[in-house]
Amino acid sequence: MKATVYVTIKENVLDPQGNAVQGSLQTLGFGEVSKVRIGKYLELQLDTNDRAEAEKRVKAMCEKLLANTVVEDYRFELEG
Amino acid sequence: MKFAVLVFPGSNCDIDMLKAVEDVVQQPVDYVWYTSTDLSQYDAILVPGGFSYGDYLRCGAMAQLAPVMQEVRKAAEEGKFVLGVCNGFQILTEAGLLPGALIRNNSLKFRCHPVDLRVENAGTGFTKDYEQGEVVRIPIAHGEGNFYCDEETLASLRKNNQIVFRYAGDNPNGSVDNIAGICNEKGNVVGMMPHPERAVSELLGSKDGARMFTSVLNAWRERNGAASVR
Repeated sequence: MKATVYVTIKENVLDPQGNAVQGSLQTLGFGEVSKVRIGKYLELQLDTNDRAEAEKRVKAMCEKLLANTVVEDYRFELEG
Repeated sequence: MKFAVLVFPGSNCDIDMLKAVEDVVQQPVDYVWYTSTDLSQYDAILVPGGFSYGDYLRCGAMAQLAPVMQEVRKAAEEGKFVLGVCNGFQILTEAGLLPGALIRNNSLKFRCHPVDLRVENAGTGFTKDYEQGEVVRIPIAHGEGNFYCDEETLASLRKNNQIVFRYAGDNPNGSVDNIAGICNEKGNVVGMMPHPERAVSELLGSKDGARMFTSVLNAWRERNGAASVR
């Protein structure tokens, strides 16, 4: 089974990197870009077929390591 | 008094930290490798700066899972003195020993220069030799020292007098409330982005950091009934 994890910066937390990229996009003429938020994308290959168990364990992975919930949100998808 | 300087793969301020202890307070001090599972012989644990685990995932995220960190948690609970500097501060927040998080500087630049700090809490074990409100000069060197916490946490930090240092001049990284260093509720665990171990001699441009080391020695001596010295 494959888990795809998205870690994003919380809405109320400043993302200076995103702001800089937004500025660059505008410089390039993409004036319609009003906001950019940069996050992380992780692919995990899991040796299990138990979806419910995988759900529980990937959540624990996110809470314990993959995201810092003080400043980041996470969501994930399971496939296969 | 016996000091431990933790060493993770990628620590790079460990030697400065050890030398600062040797030079300023002349007390026994050991490097302790991140795999150690026993810190019982130490009275103070110093978590130095650097780039532990190459800052993989997030600064301090991997280091907080190292075996020695269970012992640091135990030492903190026992009331032993714990100081995290720079990456050490990031590790202590990731480990949940201090609240909040350190995120990318708002300038996106690595800032490396002396800063003026106001001592906001001269009551911790690491700051008792400073005057309350005193301004000291200590260098910073970080790309991710922007302290963030939510409003509720900030209110409790203020209420419990947990803000130890604030940037007195320009805020170099965008930290909320100009916070440069904080402590836990008990005051025995302190984390700060500036490097006191790099400011222990006039030859280094400032010796304002030296009193962090004399402070903790005096705090330990008071606690243990021995005469304090300056």
